[in-house]
Amino acid sequence: MMVKVVGAMKRRGIRNLLRHAALVAVTFIMVYPILWMFFSSFKPDDQIFSTSRLWPETWTLDHYLAGFNGELGMNFGQLMWNSLIISVVVVVGTIFSSTLTGFAFARLRFTPRRFLIGFMLSTMMLPAQVVMIPQYIMFHKIGWVNTYLPLTLPSFLGTVPFFIYLMVQFVRGIPRELDEAAYMDGCSKFQLFRLIIFPLARPAIITMSIFSFYWTWNDFFGQLIYLSDPELYTVSLGLSMFVDNTGNTQWGDLFAMSILSIIPVFVVFLIFQRYLVEGIATHGLKG
Amino acid sequence: METPLRRNLTAYTFLLPWLTGMLCLTVGAMLFTFYLAFTDYDLISSPEWVGFDNFQQILRDPNFWISIRATFTYVIFSVPARLIVSLLIALLLYREVRGIGWYRSLIYLPSLIGTSVGAAIGWRNLFADDGPVNAFLGLFGVEGPNWVGNPSTAIVILILLSVWQFGSEMVIFLAGLKQIPGYLYEAAIIDGASAIQRFFKITLPMLSPITFFNLLMGTISSFMIFTQVYIITGGGPMKSTLMYVYYLYQHAFNYYNMGYAAALSIILLIIIGLCSTVIFLSSRFWVHYDG
Repeated sequence: MMVKVVGAMKRRGIRNLLRHAALVAVTFIMVYPILWMFFSSFKPDDQIFSTSRLWPETWTLDHYLAGFNGELGMNFGQLMWNSLIISVVVVVGTIFSSTLTGFAFARLRFTPRRFLIGFMLSTMMLPAQVVMIPQYIMFHKIGWVNTYLPLTLPSFLGTVPFFIYLMVQFVRGIPRELDEAAYMDGCSKFQLFRLIIFPLARPAIITMSIFSFYWTWNDFFGQLIYLSDPELYTVSLGLSMFVDNTGNTQWGDLFAMSILSIIPVFVVFLIFQRYLVEGIATHGLKG
Repeated sequence: METPLRRNLTAYTFLLPWLTGMLCLTVGAMLFTFYLAFTDYDLISSPEWVGFDNFQQILRDPNFWISIRATFTYVIFSVPARLIVSLLIALLLYREVRGIGWYRSLIYLPSLIGTSVGAAIGWRNLFADDGPVNAFLGLFGVEGPNWVGNPSTAIVILILLSVWQFGSEMVIFLAGLKQIPGYLYEAAIIDGASAIQRFFKITLPMLSPITFFNLLMGTISSFMIFTQVYIITGGGPMKSTLMYVYYLYQHAFNYYNMGYAAALSIILLIIIGLCSTVIFLSSRFWVHYDG
């Protein structure tokens, strides 16, 4: 008996060990590209490709300094600041439009409610690129090209149906007894929204904010077509221009800036990990 | 009791932002695309009606067919590869072991930054002539190709970059795996089913609605590849990675052929619609909704 139990434990121990080995291997492969870029950004240019060793032989901060003191013809601080402004405004806009719309769809009665909800859901399948050209022409006509308005204003108008869907689902899960109690106390619909539903929807709002933040931060297409004034450039645009202009010789500088461009997303991820993974799992949001 | 009119008025106050966006930026824009597709328009002079000219021109343009071929190659390889890898890794991450949270987060990390310009730059240099990938191949005595410069390997870089970002599919699979009731497996073990049988007879069928969702969303989003093409290959070499949206972008914003580009976006909509329909129709044969 004893021997059998020990044998089973041994087998389990081995299986566990194998599992950890597999996990470590997969994780290493996944993270390696990021690590490689990270360590390369601290190597002098002539060591980046000549050695296959990950760890730098000599460390240098030159690449990072170059990005900030204007040696590269642009100031990386300014680019980060521009990206940050756009992203924060989009987060605010997303919260504004999605909570209002989500509340109305989940709680209010109006005609034609079912039709509008169905319509909203069907637009989830519509690829953004299909409406991009007319939108560009519209914004061009109003003279908003080379401003941040075409990048930020749509978020206030609820143009990402995923977020509205997420809010509808979440608000439906809030018990209706709360509404009734609020009405009994003389709340209006707007007060119900502001005092009860909005505060209770916090987890969904956080999930939504994270996604809209890093989608906007990582966005390239929108910024590329709407912004051509270097003063307005964002991180994505700055990096892509740098690739074009230097003919790819200053690897270290490029890597240093790429790493810096990833850091805000990384920080948000570390802080809000839990909400992020839950959000994807329950609503199928794409990364 | 409030009157229906008042009720509607309140609701539409809440819906006002969304309705405005819907009418102007989605429905209005869609209709505008349909109109533009039948015109010749360069943003400066006013649009000129040309009937089906744009569509005829597109179908005669060899670059259009090159881009269709490149895009379909990309979609057909990257979507299934991502599904398989995400499912396998989800199975590996499913069991609770020590440090599982760390493994999950780190494996998800590439998906978070994968679509950014920064990640594309890193990826491109990973496959540089004397980059780490070729250094690794060198360990086995294989001389790696010039990945970016070779028409047959450039698209491989893009496909691998897409596979690297399997995170959201993986998280959705993980959630699905947790929904499968344990008694199914217990019953199967009593009946003497092997691990492989259990995977094919229980896990796969039970996950099929989720596989369906991942397949559909993955296909739609794969057609949209742009940033990676712009940064890594620029559509080359020899147009081997001239992806559809990149081709569309060139016509709209390099040549300002707005009518032509609008026609291209309508064709894209039709292609995506057809692909989704095929996936939906096929689901009857392989998606099981009864638990």
